[in-house]
Amino acid sequence: MNSASIQINNLSKTFVLHNQGGAELPVLDGASLTVMPGECVVLDGPSGAGKSTLLKCVYGTYRASAGEILVTTRQATVDITTARDQEVLRLRRDTIAYVSQFLRVIPRVPAIDVVAESVLGDIPHDEDSLKRARFEAQHLLLRLRIPQRLWHVPPATFSGGEQQRVNIARSFVRPLPVMLLDEPTASLDAENRTTVIAMIREARDQGAAILGIFHDEATRNAVASRVINMAEFQ
Amino acid sequence: MNAMTNAFTHRDHPVLRVSGLTKRYGDRIAVEDAAFEVYPGEVLAVVGESGSGKSTLLNCVSAQLKPDAGRVEFLTRHEGMVEIFAMSESQRRFIARTDWGFVHQNAEDGLRMHVSAGANVGERLMALGQRHYGELRREAVDWLSRVEVDATRIDDLPASFSGGMRQRLQIARNLVTRPRLIFMDEPTSGLDVSVQARLLDLLRTLTRGLSLSAIIVTHDLAVARLLAHRMLVMKNGRIVETGLTDQVLDDPQHPYTQLLVSSVLQP
Repeated sequence: MNSASIQINNLSKTFVLHNQGGAELPVLDGASLTVMPGECVVLDGPSGAGKSTLLKCVYGTYRASAGEILVTTRQATVDITTARDQEVLRLRRDTIAYVSQFLRVIPRVPAIDVVAESVLGDIPHDEDSLKRARFEAQHLLLRLRIPQRLWHVPPATFSGGEQQRVNIARSFVRPLPVMLLDEPTASLDAENRTTVIAMIREARDQGAAILGIFHDEATRNAVASRVINMAEFQ
Repeated sequence: MNAMTNAFTHRDHPVLRVSGLTKRYGDRIAVEDAAFEVYPGEVLAVVGESGSGKSTLLNCVSAQLKPDAGRVEFLTRHEGMVEIFAMSESQRRFIARTDWGFVHQNAEDGLRMHVSAGANVGERLMALGQRHYGELRREAVDWLSRVEVDATRIDDLPASFSGGMRQRLQIARNLVTRPRLIFMDEPTSGLDVSVQARLLDLLRTLTRGLSLSAIIVTHDLAVARLLAHRMLVMKNGRIVETGLTDQVLDDPQHPYTQLLVSSVLQP
């Protein structure tokens, strides 16, 4: 795995609600932190403290109001807050993954292909590479205990926990150098939580820079290299 | 043809660049000062309510309508970026039926209803000089199956097809020449939801698998979420917001985009 690090300097995020009389919701004010390769930094704080907002700013889903988010790869350092769209899309293809507990279900695509697609990315591929990707996907589905009879069914009808595991399989089938984990283990049973913890530790040991949110204390203790309290940023 | 195509699928160079594009109908401004780029492999959604100018914009950048001002440059295979309205008529028509595709909202506008499904698919290949009947038929069968139209229907007229099948046939007819840029005007509206899902899945697979660039005009934010990498939001002929699809939908900045996003059920 190529390594990459995250450095956040004075990140602020205020939502402006134009249809509510321009009401301003300040969520982050001057957040700074660094995540090095091989580190798992866990954000701690009560709900509403801006943990998810911070992750979404790093992924580029939320636009920062001020500050910088530097992602350094072997090739270059990119400031997510000012990067061109194409640059952010490129980073999402080969550097930054965002994993939540929710699977965005795509109509008609079976579980195994939801995972295999993530191996292939959105570049053209042939039947052979699709076969190989499905083979890799099977490993992850097995490991996360998705029953084989569900592999060729679109996940729309799956239970919440099954969808969540498909989503994790899709993200960990090809771990990227920067992993943003937004409660990926929430509401998993103990056995599957143990599996996901093992997968996170493996990614970390392979050099991924991981920034995550875990409410469950046991999970947090099992994966965290450091814990940062969000109270520092408000 | 493959090697040639590869040279131009370099992701760092736009395949289409639009600048200062303005179109008026009499006194009414339909599109004002539009500017954007499309990169190889990128799907760009243009969203907005009816009358926002999104279809006019699509018709201008696909050379179906001449703008009053502005430039539309396309990355040609041999001559780099060329302004499409500075091309000769024949050059523009050649590009339109080889490197471009246009999927109309009503399949009847994009199909020839009085010739067979197979002939609809083969027409663009014939325009490129392919005359071998067996080859044309083989390509047609291949493309019909890719868009999930039963190959035994190859000799039937599109008039006997359902709405969803016609729309898929229209897509096959456009993609058979491996265009690099495809324009789509509300390709899924007017179809039943289950038919829509099938078409969306197909479009998604095809754009991903062929590294096709696409501009898709839609009023449906969920369609944009599923298919597009980036979005333009139009209001009263102006582009009021652009960004990555998840940025625009999850953290809209412009008052109009905020209203649009908050008015629909979970895009």
